[in-house]
Amino acid sequence: MEVLYGVVLLALVAAFVLRPLLREGAPEEVGEDPVLADLEARKEAKYREIRDTQLDHASGKLSEEDFRDQDAQLRSEAVELLNRLDRARRDAPAHASARIEGESP
Amino acid sequence: MLALLTAIFAAVAALIGRHGERRWIDSSRRAVYALCALLTVCVVVIEIAFAGDDFSFNLVAEHSSLETPAFYKLAAMWSSQEGSLLLWAWVLSIASSAALFATRNRLREVVPYATAVMMGIATFFVGLMLFAKNVNPFATVSPAPADGVGLTPLLQHPSMMIHPPMLYSGYVALTIPFAFAVGALITRRLDAAWIRITRRFALIAWTFLGIGLLLGARWSYTELGWGGYWAWDPVENAALMPWLMCTAFLHSIMVQEKRGMLKVWNVSLITATFSLALLGTFLVRSGVLQSIHAFGDSTVGPYILGLIAVVLVGSTVLIASRLDELRSEKRIDSLASREAVFVVNNLLLVALTAVIFWGTFFPLISELFTGEKASLAAPWFDHYTTPLAILLVLFTGIGPLLAWRRVSWSSAKGVFLWPAVLAAGGGAVLALLSDAERKPWAFALFVFAFFALAALAQEFWRGGRARREVAGGSIPMAMLAVAARNRRRYGGYIVHAGVAILLIGIAASSSFQTNRDVTLRPGQSAGVGDYRVTYERPTVSVDREALSFGAVLDVKRDGKEFALLSPSRRYFRPTGAPTGSIGSFFQGESTSEVGLKTGTRSDLWTAVQPNIGGVQRRVRAADRGFRDCVRAAPGTPPQCSAVNALMRNAAANPSLRPIALAQINDLQSRTADRLARGFLAENAAATFRVIVDPLVTWMWIGGLIALAGALIAIWPTPGAGRRRVSSFQGARLGRDLSRA
Repeated sequence: MEVLYGVVLLALVAAFVLRPLLREGAPEEVGEDPVLADLEARKEAKYREIRDTQLDHASGKLSEEDFRDQDAQLRSEAVELLNRLDRARRDAPAHASARIEGESP
Repeated sequence: MLALLTAIFAAVAALIGRHGERRWIDSSRRAVYALCALLTVCVVVIEIAFAGDDFSFNLVAEHSSLETPAFYKLAAMWSSQEGSLLLWAWVLSIASSAALFATRNRLREVVPYATAVMMGIATFFVGLMLFAKNVNPFATVSPAPADGVGLTPLLQHPSMMIHPPMLYSGYVALTIPFAFAVGALITRRLDAAWIRITRRFALIAWTFLGIGLLLGARWSYTELGWGGYWAWDPVENAALMPWLMCTAFLHSIMVQEKRGMLKVWNVSLITATFSLALLGTFLVRSGVLQSIHAFGDSTVGPYILGLIAVVLVGSTVLIASRLDELRSEKRIDSLASREAVFVVNNLLLVALTAVIFWGTFFPLISELFTGEKASLAAPWFDHYTTPLAILLVLFTGIGPLLAWRRVSWSSAKGVFLWPAVLAAGGGAVLALLSDAERKPWAFALFVFAFFALAALAQEFWRGGRARREVAGGSIPMAMLAVAARNRRRYGGYIVHAGVAILLIGIAASSSFQTNRDVTLRPGQSAGVGDYRVTYERPTVSVDREALSFGAVLDVKRDGKEFALLSPSRRYFRPTGAPTGSIGSFFQGESTSEVGLKTGTRSDLWTAVQPNIGGVQRRVRAADRGFRDCVRAAPGTPPQCSAVNALMRNAAANPSLRPIALAQINDLQSRTADRLARGFLAENAAATFRVIVDPLVTWMWIGGLIALAGALIAIWPTPGAGRRRVSSFQGARLGRDLSRA
């Protein structure tokens, strides 16, 4: 009985794990483009930095001058990221773009 | 075996797919999920065996018994070495599955290597269970014993139900950032991407370790009977060190995220942190250092040591070969900046860890050089860690007041003024109203903690005020709104506040503790601080597991009734003790049940060491009588003849054996009860330890606040996902930011 349980478990695990390998020629699972995803993450991090700087300024930790300098620098870095995102989006595979279009609110 | 093969396959498939063969990567990820499912089945099977008293499992027979309360049966798995290894592997499979699910579409170059590292470690632990000596949780014993050995009495405490899995979860969760760091090093993707992915796992690890440490301290305070919550025990230290290093890591990765600095430091720090987590596992199980936690000889210590060596050597080689790519992108602009403070705080935390590491391993170091194992006691640790902890509290307050990059002198004056004034004022009031200044270190810590708390309160206030100017509403609502929208920042502030409060509790309770050992007879009293403690009467309770001798203490403060406390000491009968031997109750472990009255100003803590000499003399006599009874010696009472006849019959007919044993046990219980009750009539003196611990409750409260802050910081900010997708449609910076 124990051997039977073992064989059934092995079959289940093998079927689940090997499924992607057995689909020879089938289209790969469509996922988010990794370059776009990384750029999005970096953009989010940059936005967070800008918001943090705004909050620091509003709460009196940054003088007007320091804030202007830092904010301008961060915004230019953010704009550069947005430009790279646009370029990456143009270069992204069609299926990734289609998926992203579909997800938009 | 299937789990081992699955883990190996996951690692190999990930490496085959490392150049972008998506099918192999997907298969590898599925194998990790399958491993998680398989190990979950293993854990469920073991737990069912514990719940159903299936003593055919060696693990159940050795760590549970029919008498073990159901609540503790579920926790008994991780009291054993093999159960701990299964827990390690299981939690690792859960954490790995979560990490791979979160990164299924991200960091495609790094993920295969990270998967290989995670599954390499899973293979190690599953392999240990299969191939190392005496650590297979599914090993069986035949024939199955009728009863098990039982769970160590010391571990039968609610904290112990949660403490080990919390620590293990913390250790295991550190595998994720370590694995991604290795992946980033191999692929030379050394920007902050791996940090953004794994930061939450590091924070989860920190939280689990924090909960584990807090529960362990609580267990020590209420169960071990020595009156403290931290003894600088090697295994306690082994859990504290990765927590301290993880604290440093959580701060230093922010510097890399924001400024592109400390890259070498961060990969080195996570390697050291993970190695210390493995070292913690090793210390608990190796028995290499004397510890209250070393629950048995280990057969896996050398293997874990080998894994630590592989991790350290491999990571060092990788880091050394990537030094060019790990160069900082920027430099610190000003010492008056948050990143500069984070660097100082990192140095303090690492120094603290180094001191604890030296003190913990000093017995081995001294043995290496002198041939003698010499230990360093608590005063040595206190001497070196106290100044570092005090400086850390100060920087806990300074960090949040500074902005990134640089802060001008005029801004710094503005933000530092009120916290400094309030801290100075608090210190002055303290000096006037108490004698706190007679302990300079504690006094300095109080003042710095006031500074930190004032700084953090000011942060909330200023943030709320800034939010109100934009969105209106009341200040409290604006404070809540700004905290909700900036969970990482304000969650972190709450953690800082919790740590400052926790350290106030530690400083007050350790520096201003009143501690007295008194020997009293019933009716006698003793003064301890503001309290008058009267030993009212002794107490006794007997059950099949233990004899318990205690006392009722009447406590008055300033002449008024304050509390009635009942400390006791329980003497556990070791399983396997000969049937009929009452003296065996004194051959097993004993635990202290403290009498505790908690309060926000102070705790009154009491423990008793009963004088059981008289009881033990009577027990020895009873045991002699019992042996005579069994031998049917002349003059034995009539019930002995009945038992003796039954035993003779049982020897001939094994089916009568359970009845004979039940009768003997019954006779033994009645005798034990009678002898123990004699203790009440003895009027014997008992020794009490009475401790007045000022502000110690704030230590627990501070810990809970810190953990609440960590949960807030872990929790994702609402709408972040939606913002990410919608902004992808070409939203521009201003619009995105105005939406925030």
